[in-house]
Amino acid sequence: MTTILLAIAIGAAFGFILDRIGATNPTIIGNMLALKNLYLMKTILFAIGFASLLMFGGQMLGLVDVGHMSVKAAYAGVFAGGLILGLGWALSGYCPGTGLAAAATGRVDALLFILGGLSGAFAFMLSYDWGKSTGLLSNVLGGKTTLGAIPGADYQALFPAMRGDVIGIVMGLAFIAIAFTLPLKPASKG
Amino acid sequence: MPLSWRSGGLLLGLVFFLAVLLVKPIGVSTQFVILDGIIWDQINPNVITKTETGYTSNNSYLAKSKGKYAKSAANPINYSFVFVLAMLLGAGASAILRGGNAKEERMIPEIWRTNLGNSTAKRMLASFIGGFIVLYGARLAGGCTSGHMMSGMMQTAISGYIFALGAFAAAIPTAIFLYTRRS
Repeated sequence: MTTILLAIAIGAAFGFILDRIGATNPTIIGNMLALKNLYLMKTILFAIGFASLLMFGGQMLGLVDVGHMSVKAAYAGVFAGGLILGLGWALSGYCPGTGLAAAATGRVDALLFILGGLSGAFAFMLSYDWGKSTGLLSNVLGGKTTLGAIPGADYQALFPAMRGDVIGIVMGLAFIAIAFTLPLKPASKG
Repeated sequence: MPLSWRSGGLLLGLVFFLAVLLVKPIGVSTQFVILDGIIWDQINPNVITKTETGYTSNNSYLAKSKGKYAKSAANPINYSFVFVLAMLLGAGASAILRGGNAKEERMIPEIWRTNLGNSTAKRMLASFIGGFIVLYGARLAGGCTSGHMMSGMMQTAISGYIFALGAFAAAIPTAIFLYTRRS
């Protein structure tokens, strides 16, 4: 029951903020991807960096349970799938989360995105065995791998000699630095 | 939009942190599979079956990882599915509070209208195809913008960086091609 209440609270906050940063608006997504206005890029990079700092900082202080992390496996299909998703993302201006949220804000084209999405996911379900047979889904770089070795977690590390939480803090700061450095409107500068 | 990138980023980051502090990292695209599973099982009740230890399916994707997706589709009141439903409520509430989107904007977003014209049918078809491609890609990759790019990179997951590289490598040229008005 508690987890369902948390799902409602965190999910609602996520949806609310997605709309308030303009992520439900294909114009803002399109202008970001066409490198015309990086407002949303700065927002996302700052969010990733800030969340990293809080999570790894909290782990170091013993306040955050490492067991709540969930690192996904790396395989060739992650890159191929990213490429495919990127095409549709630019075309529609939606990704899975923002498409759903956008439909909730009354966007009719987002409903079509969701129908297409359900069909695409279904197509993948039917082609899963074939996908597996191509080797695209076989792990690379150790599968569930992070940059450094995270104390208390049993993920593979790309750089096992380095502490994963320290690298996490460094990467978090790097993301924040990039967020602050990126120009809002690159084209108007050149 | 009312939020600056700084306050928006701070709030968004806080939500991603709270999710991993209290439950687990945020992800959305799996729930398209779960909804497909729910619908498919309504049409054909043989798709998801109960076993002695849990659930399985005659579809190998729903049956993978000891029937974890089959189980979620059979029991939709679970964290990840309710999370996505609540996300819809949150986004809808935000839209109502800011006065919603204009009627034309709800059919065809401004960037599309400016660059690709006023045909509603064309925009709807593009949105459907876009959705198909996005979710096929997300499932092949094992996650989407929220699960791989945001939750992944915040955890320094190699898969997150690989995904982001692929997604932007395709999305940026496509967007420049589509949304830079040629005169």
